[in-house]
Amino acid sequence: MRIDCKEAWDALSAYLDGEIDPVLRAEIERHVQFCEVCSAVLDSTRNILYLTADDRVFELPGGFRERLHAHIDEMLQQDSP
Amino acid sequence: MVEIVPTPEMQASQDLRQEQEAEQITRIVAGEKNLFHDLIRPYERRIYVTAFSMVRNAGEAEEIVQETMLKAYRSLHSFRGESKFSSWLTAIALNEARACLRKAGKSTMVFLDEEGDDGEGACQPFQLRDWREIPLEMLERNNLAGLLQDAIQALPEKYRTVFVLRDVEEMSIEETAHLLGLEPGNVKIRLHRARMMLQKTLAPLVQQASPSQRGMWAFLRRRP
Repeated sequence: MRIDCKEAWDALSAYLDGEIDPVLRAEIERHVQFCEVCSAVLDSTRNILYLTADDRVFELPGGFRERLHAHIDEMLQQDSP
Repeated sequence: MVEIVPTPEMQASQDLRQEQEAEQITRIVAGEKNLFHDLIRPYERRIYVTAFSMVRNAGEAEEIVQETMLKAYRSLHSFRGESKFSSWLTAIALNEARACLRKAGKSTMVFLDEEGDDGEGACQPFQLRDWREIPLEMLERNNLAGLLQDAIQALPEKYRTVFVLRDVEEMSIEETAHLLGLEPGNVKIRLHRARMMLQKTLAPLVQQASPSQRGMWAFLRRRP
């Protein structure tokens, strides 16, 4: 089995999630060793996902937690679950 | 969520957390109202990010979080633990966000340029040759964070929602599918397309923004 770039891209997401057939995984890893485009596509996509998980990308507004819990305190005074 | 396969220890920790939450909920419903603060504290950030990703406005997102918590509290007696508490909260937040978008007259479901999940194409990545690392310097200056936020928020909703649930909230494929009423296969397709769209948008922008600093991009690649 030998894959081309299009097949590698199609399987990229499953590859990154570790949800891929071992044979296809090995083939992708072989492919990116020799294909600098797919290697860069894989790295850039992986890095975007790492970045997405970084808390600094989505920072909470200043005072968010204080306002939220003050709001909850008001609610707790008035309502029952 | 990259190559994270739950270990038995992680699964045990999740199970313990669910048990603790179930006990907290029982006590809150029984009258220990102030425990509600502790119950929602682990999720306030992710609910905000989900709301913000949907409505693209910090003030509205904050209101959605407050309304979500209010509705969760009022409905807590009906929570049966059939799904995770976090998923239940997220479902409420998504409904609130969609209501907010409808109220503002923004479309939430139909995008003329979208393809069906079974369609071909639309997912070719940006073909570069020398990407290796993302620049810490840019992230610290918020440039890259802003680019990423813009790119996520520019995704068509059906892709954005799946991406946020899966890669921001770190829900499983199955949880995401259950929450959105989709088949797991459709979630995988949408997730793949969302990731490819983001790569296509972000890779050239980051290259343009910092063409001479690639040697400094030594941040995220080192993460486990």
